[in-house]
Amino acid sequence: MAVLFGKNGRQDSLAFENVRVVDPTRGLDEALTVRVERGVIAAVEPASAPANGKVLAPAFVDPHVHLRTPGREDEEDLASGTRAAAAGGYCAILAMPNTDPVVDSASVLGALTEQAEREAEIPVGFLAAISKQQGGAELTEMVELAERGAAGFTDDGRPVVAPGLIRRALQYSAAAGRPVAVHCEEPTLSRGGHVHEGLVSAELGFGGYPSVAESVMVGRDLALAGYEQRPLHLLHLSARESVDELRRARAAGIAATAEVTPHHLCLTDEAVRSLDPNVKMNPPLRGEEDRAALIEALLDGTIEAIATDHAPHAREEKEVPFEEAPFGVTGLETSFAALYTQLVEPGVVPLATLLERMSAGPARIYGLEEPRIEVGAPANLVLLDLDAVWHVDEGSFRSKSANSWLLGSKLHGRVLQTVAAGKVVYSA
Amino acid sequence: MADVRPLLRSELLPPKGPVRRHLISIADLTREDVERLLALSRTFARSLERDVKKLPTLRGRTVVNLFFESSTRTSSSFELAAKRLSADVMSIKSSGSAVEKGESLKDTLLTIGAYDPDVVVIRHAQIGAPHLAARFTPAHVVNAGDGKHQHPTQALLDLYTLDEELGGIEGLHVAIVGDVLHSRVARSNIQALVLMGARVTLVGPPPLIPRRIDSLGCEISHDIEDIKDADVVYVLRMQRERMLEGANYVPSLREYTARWGVTPARLRPGQKVMHPGPMNRGVEIDGAVADSPESLVERQVRSGLVVRMAVLYDLLTQGPVEVKVAEIEEVA
Repeated sequence: MAVLFGKNGRQDSLAFENVRVVDPTRGLDEALTVRVERGVIAAVEPASAPANGKVLAPAFVDPHVHLRTPGREDEEDLASGTRAAAAGGYCAILAMPNTDPVVDSASVLGALTEQAEREAEIPVGFLAAISKQQGGAELTEMVELAERGAAGFTDDGRPVVAPGLIRRALQYSAAAGRPVAVHCEEPTLSRGGHVHEGLVSAELGFGGYPSVAESVMVGRDLALAGYEQRPLHLLHLSARESVDELRRARAAGIAATAEVTPHHLCLTDEAVRSLDPNVKMNPPLRGEEDRAALIEALLDGTIEAIATDHAPHAREEKEVPFEEAPFGVTGLETSFAALYTQLVEPGVVPLATLLERMSAGPARIYGLEEPRIEVGAPANLVLLDLDAVWHVDEGSFRSKSANSWLLGSKLHGRVLQTVAAGKVVYSA
Repeated sequence: MADVRPLLRSELLPPKGPVRRHLISIADLTREDVERLLALSRTFARSLERDVKKLPTLRGRTVVNLFFESSTRTSSSFELAAKRLSADVMSIKSSGSAVEKGESLKDTLLTIGAYDPDVVVIRHAQIGAPHLAARFTPAHVVNAGDGKHQHPTQALLDLYTLDEELGGIEGLHVAIVGDVLHSRVARSNIQALVLMGARVTLVGPPPLIPRRIDSLGCEISHDIEDIKDADVVYVLRMQRERMLEGANYVPSLREYTARWGVTPARLRPGQKVMHPGPMNRGVEIDGAVADSPESLVERQVRSGLVVRMAVLYDLLTQGPVEVKVAEIEEVA
């Protein structure tokens, strides 16, 4: 089990009476009353009246968040990032190590976990880097980092260019007992690319970042994972060809997992025509066939997790011409509503599938305890109002940054309450 | 394949604010818009034949030229166009301005916006700069070139030149030769020519012809001999300053010139030649071609003035017909 760090909190007692309880891994979808006593689910009992229109589900787990701490606390810190996560319905999140300094040593990681114990509103796990300073050359002390609490290893934000280094990381991941996660990007193919190479980049004149820049690295890393017989997690997949590679590898028995972001599930590169820097991310938004392939993989379980890749940026960094803007958008506070509005309401993805891919799916990948609605389980719960309609505006965020691709949109479905590790961490 | 519904549910998109008229991309124009602008350009050309060349049309209006990239032709012709229409003109270049002190584009735009300009003409090395100008100033924005994206007034002046010289654009065959990948002129011209019913063939080495560019309705060739079929050969500048170092777009200029340079031998008698300037003589275009009677290069520069007068006039007077331009929302 990966270790999570957060403030030791209260253990609350509360009851959710006559709600629609949906727990996909337990096959639950019925009107029930759920009682929590001192942080633990004490009773799951028949409802005394028809369900009141609210949905109670296992709280969400985000396997891919940039908390910008240490180094860019002006963009996000542990307190603001975990408050944002709580408001998004999350009971646990995993933070990426591409900070300043990079989380590449036990001392940096130790300082961070201690800070999380003082400041994090919900439990946080920290991934450590694969290479020192994410420089792609020297392997980090993975076993020591794992002992100090690293939830996994990644150089996210940058690809690991050298195949030999990925191989070593996979070998050491066996001793460390923690998974390796890779950001797949072949840099000589993506160089100078700001948006997906296709019709839109040709028309607008952008340097293209082709799908093949992702999929050749996906293929390479899966081959290495197969050779070393080690699990491998693929971060933020964006391209149809990458999904094809993943399907083949899984069919061949390779223990590969993958995640996809809400923006890659909802948007295509057509959105780039707005030249709004808040639709600029890495990997870039791709074509409609790519989006369809990602949705199909999410539906059939080839992709097990939804990850926000929440990437806060200071306002002045995004108030520049599209080409100059950094990659990355926020997502913690809008993920459920965006996906509910764009995929569940129109009937593309069932609610239970969405809830599973936002909770048990990502928990499994990193060996976290699966949030579940079961007597005796710690209370990790989210209460949702599917009928609520709300507007996303700059003032609505708990995150320190507002670089959301949804600014100005109207969303359906809202998080009313979040219980993380037995404590009420958010109430609308 | 999953059953995927249309991209964004339109009823959930932000409400559109009032639309302000800008000229940012040829893609925003209709054929009627272009025809109206060409007709206006002809009117202004006649007015310039008079002794007194100044018209009182835009008296009291303010035009700000913001040039963050070097320019001779475009900046001078916008300035003169505004003056010929009696507008007050301010021209700001990045060198010698607060940009050199590290001022952001947004702050420069807010500063300019404080003078309530009617039109901001902007040239910038990065795609999306004119959109930022539309967001942070209250003015009508004219894109005078943003990175590799668009240079709409260049395309309009090229259309005007062709229309005047060849008596129409519909049915013409134009070969655009060279570095299409890095060329905003090529992108605007392909869209403009196709919109007006011309046939367009792009000719150049494969890495300099963007994938999927044929979706704009043009043809693609890598053989320089194919320019012989065209009525007009439009030569693009090799944009060495925009090429990433080590990206191997062209192994050498020597090979490029030998293979794709436009020389007298590769042209058919009577073919017209155009170039947006500045020219690299001896690289993409042979000096003899540039100076030949079939070259329309000087004519293009002259067209620039009247076309830019037409654009400024049209934006500020609403034109006889409501123009469809980039729909950018007003900011409060």
